[in-house]
Amino acid sequence: MERAMIKVDENGFYGQFGGAFIPEMLYPNIEELRENYEAIMATPAFRQEFDSLLKDYVGRPTPLFLAQRLSEKYGAKIYLKREDLCHTGAHKINNTVGQIILAKKLNKKRIIAETGAGQHGVATATVCALMGMECTVYMGAVDMERQKPNVERMRILGAKVVPANSGSKTLKDATNEAMRQWINNPVDTHYIIGSVVGPHPYPEMVARFQSVISEEMKWQLQEKEGRENPDLVIACVGGGSNAAGSFYHYYNEPSVRLIAVEAAGMGITSGRSAATTTLGKPGILHGSKTLLMQTDDGQVVEPHSISAGLDYPGIGPVHAHLFDSGRGEFVAVEDEHAMQSGIEVSRLEGIIPAIESAHAFSALNQIHYEPTDVIVINLSGRGDKDLETYIKWGNY
Amino acid sequence: MNRIDELFKQKKERILSIYFTAGFPQLDDTVSIMEAIQAAGANIIEIGVPYSDPIADGPTIQESNNQALKNGMTLKVLFEQLKGFRERIHIPVILMGYLNPVVQYGMEAFCKTCKEVGIDGLILPDLPMQQYLTEYKHTFDAYDLRNTFLISPQTSEARIRQIDQHTDGFIYMVSSASITGAKKEVSPEQIAYFERVKAMNLKNPRLIGFGISDKPSFQTAAAHSHGAIIGSAFINVLRESTNLKEDIQEYIQGILA
Ligand SMILES: Cc1ncc(COP(=O)(O)O)c(C=O)c1O
Repeated sequence: MERAMIKVDENGFYGQFGGAFIPEMLYPNIEELRENYEAIMATPAFRQEFDSLLKDYVGRPTPLFLAQRLSEKYGAKIYLKREDLCHTGAHKINNTVGQIILAKKLNKKRIIAETGAGQHGVATATVCALMGMECTVYMGAVDMERQKPNVERMRILGAKVVPANSGSKTLKDATNEAMRQWINNPVDTHYIIGSVVGPHPYPEMVARFQSVISEEMKWQLQEKEGRENPDLVIACVGGGSNAAGSFYHYYNEPSVRLIAVEAAGMGITSGRSAATTTLGKPGILHGSKTLLMQTDDGQVVEPHSISAGLDYPGIGPVHAHLFDSGRGEFVAVEDEHAMQSGIEVSRLEGIIPAIESAHAFSALNQIHYEPTDVIVINLSGRGDKDLETYIKWGNY
Repeated sequence: MNRIDELFKQKKERILSIYFTAGFPQLDDTVSIMEAIQAAGANIIEIGVPYSDPIADGPTIQESNNQALKNGMTLKVLFEQLKGFRERIHIPVILMGYLNPVVQYGMEAFCKTCKEVGIDGLILPDLPMQQYLTEYKHTFDAYDLRNTFLISPQTSEARIRQIDQHTDGFIYMVSSASITGAKKEVSPEQIAYFERVKAMNLKNPRLIGFGISDKPSFQTAAAHSHGAIIGSAFINVLRESTNLKEDIQEYIQGILA
């Protein structure tokens, strides 16, 4: 079957999605990044610093673990890409390491970031501490409540955490607030976006920093299976950075099925969901054209997911394109099923996954695959931050 | 002739443009607020189309957007309210809003309805110049709608020249590196920026907005440009008001006095 090539064009579009829909006040900032990021990333000095921090600080490469009992239960050969073993407990730090080096090369003095689950906020606060840079993280007031340990982690690391009190008080609103603060501090501040969202060049830049995930998967599979390509890669999608990173080197390998797992919340038709590809239409949010949950009047609908990291009304433009072109397969998992899968993985493999990642596991119940298939599930993060949610849910 | 062109042809200084959010404080206040703005002597009306995620706006306008949406304001409702307003209002009227609601309405249908009800110009801050030129300019032109772009203190000279070339009506000078919100004073750095742009001898007139709030800040801005735009400070007046007509009259006349 002919399948679409997934590639960004010079204006930041993946097919019809992407671009840079930003107020003029942000144009110089975005332009500075766009003009410089590729050149800086291509320098040996950058590569060397990035690679060595990923190795010695983040702890890469992360293992590719054959999950025996899970494989038995589901009747396929299932590997887990252990992003949960990264320093700070999730894949988010791959991106923050890249962006902080970039920010230094651009002579920025301050860092701002948004965060949902707090993982990106923690990963940002961490690299800011490492580099001695001032750090402010915007976080929805609702998320500050449900991810308390991460709020305190950021504070311990020396970051200032500022609540976003508008709208649904979650990730979308934290992102609005970070963009506003970037407008207010355009010269000395770099905004570290935490997912493959936002205006061009962010989606592609973040995807490149995360692409180390699939880069490693390739040689790890070669070692273990004698082939670089699995049959399926499964990853959860909030904005879509762990998915983009684990799909990246497989975009143009048509034999690899790319399964993107969204949060259905309380159910797709419940009105309390974050299943963007099912519920969304093309629209513009946070500087890019993408699929977006919105009213007929174009107002953004407040999403819901039990997992703060998936509680976002859009998806990165590359994922909108994966959906639109048919290259990606999209699945939506309800809160309840994700929680059950989280417990199941804990019991079968001795790994408590982040609730975001638990959604990816739950997709195994919804998709078809062959007993001979090699499946890689991107285990994007660990569940420590979610203990309170697990405890509240209680069915274990 | 387009009313914006006509205004700038006749009046070269101390132009006052007033921004408010449609549907705030009450859903049906839109046209009576417009009438009061005109009666008080302002020169341009900017109607803000409320949006759930206004990333260039500070708390005051975020709040008026929220309230207006809660009140039930939509583009359809707004156009319904605006039917026939030209029987009473003769000054230029501009719609200002974020791109997504406009795109959902349909750009062609939006521009057509704007023209039908009597809108003269548009400000869509998150519409990139390139998209405008390649996708929408012909539609704006077909319905005789002026398009205003923003510039800020960080905008490069080359970019300002480019914007000047593709703007018609006027250039919106964002007064400082800042989201919207009423401020107290205009700083020397801001004045240097106003003068720097003035010295570029652009083809378009310049209005200064964001942070202009009272008579002194209006006068300072107007001294270095063709006039100024007041938004958040006016929304504050609306929010506190017990008699819209009188309070609008008093506020605007206080600015112009
Ligand atoms: C562990 C984990 N996985 C996934 C996500 C979702 O983000 P993305 O879709 O960008 O990978 C988050 C976000 O906070 C997270 O913490």
